[in-house]
Amino acid sequence: MDKIRVLVAKPGLDGHDRGAKVVARTLRDAGMEVIYTGLQQTPEMVVEAALQEDVDVIGLSILSGAHMTLLPRICELLRQRGGEDILVVAGGIIPDEDIEALRAAGVTAIYGPGTPSSEYIAFIQEHVRRA
Amino acid sequence: MDVVTRLLAGDHRALARAISLVEAGDPGSRVILRQVYPHTGRAQIVGVTGAPGTGKSTLVSALAREFRRRDRTVGIVAVDPSSPFTGGALLGDRIRMQELAGDPGAFIRSMASRGHLGGLAQATGDVLKLFDAAGFSLVIVETVGAGQSEVEVAGAAHTTIVVETPGMGDDIQAIKAGILEIADILVVNKADLPGADRRASQLEAMLHMGEYPDGWRPPVLSTVAARSEGLSALADTIAEHWTFLGAAGRLEAFRRRQAEQEFEAALREEAMRVVRERVLDPARHAALVDRICGRELDPYSAASKVLAGLRG
Repeated sequence: MDKIRVLVAKPGLDGHDRGAKVVARTLRDAGMEVIYTGLQQTPEMVVEAALQEDVDVIGLSILSGAHMTLLPRICELLRQRGGEDILVVAGGIIPDEDIEALRAAGVTAIYGPGTPSSEYIAFIQEHVRRA
Repeated sequence: MDVVTRLLAGDHRALARAISLVEAGDPGSRVILRQVYPHTGRAQIVGVTGAPGTGKSTLVSALAREFRRRDRTVGIVAVDPSSPFTGGALLGDRIRMQELAGDPGAFIRSMASRGHLGGLAQATGDVLKLFDAAGFSLVIVETVGAGQSEVEVAGAAHTTIVVETPGMGDDIQAIKAGILEIADILVVNKADLPGADRRASQLEAMLHMGEYPDGWRPPVLSTVAARSEGLSALADTIAEHWTFLGAAGRLEAFRRRQAEQEFEAALREEAMRVVRERVLDPARHAALVDRICGRELDPYSAASKVLAGLRG
């Protein structure tokens, strides 16, 4: 039984997590095992949890605008600790002009508000299988 | 195998990987368990169970911190239920344990039940062995939010803590069979809520009616896990129980019971695997189910037919 394990976390100082909870729920309903760590996660906490839980995917939600600091830092820590095979996806409020830099830093996909769940679910299922 | 060498040396990443392999039933997991097994039997295993919402995760986190203060290394396995409809799960115990983040002496792993009943996941017993072999001196296993029948944890843990909260029932509830019987320690958590004293008294009254031939009468403790109140007394009581088990051959008896259970479970699993491999492929399986459904064959005769194929 090869279950896809996903860490869903909100790094930084966001106060609203309704979106992340909705995403967590859709992933659960798609048959995945979601470790939901919620608000106020530091990059170190995200990476530690991802490695202990040996997840296939990390889903990060950021509304605060701090994505250009937090996301590359998380990707860097993952590389340092041997977690570069973990798929990193992000969502929230991330301007289009930052997407390229984030992808270069290691965030594989970025989903804006209104993305249908079927889209990111299909992406995860396809990508994790190939890896 | 490299992952085993690293696991035995205390490498957390190797432990995490090994847990995944064992959980997935990967063919390599048998080799891992075989190599790891001689290095098990040292860790103290504490089970924590109770109904949903009683504060188990918060209590586990506070308890782990208390034991960390006492210089023990602590592993935590937290089980949450898988959806019977989608097979997915929301593993939401770790989120209650944020204060352990960044502590290299603590390791938290969330497991989904994956359809297994009884309170744990099928692979939980094996995963506890991995933590043991990796050198954690204390491993806390938290069950799913349990009802009255999820008593499986008692077989997996040296010390079982059953967590209750105020308002969870009356004196008749307290004497029903099941989960309360497996408690080595009873905890009334959220003891700041009204009715805490009454609940503790009901549990004490229930315990008073019992007999304890082995000499351990489960104590009733009160905690407010969210404020870390009562945790020192709980940790002391767990230590007392460990000392109690260490005497009069009780630990050996526990180990023997565990070995029996593990052997039984492994035998059953292996037997089914052999049957499926040798004489019951999916097509034959489906054909027999059709015949049973159509009342041409009863299930027991079908099973006999299949096993006759093995004997021949």
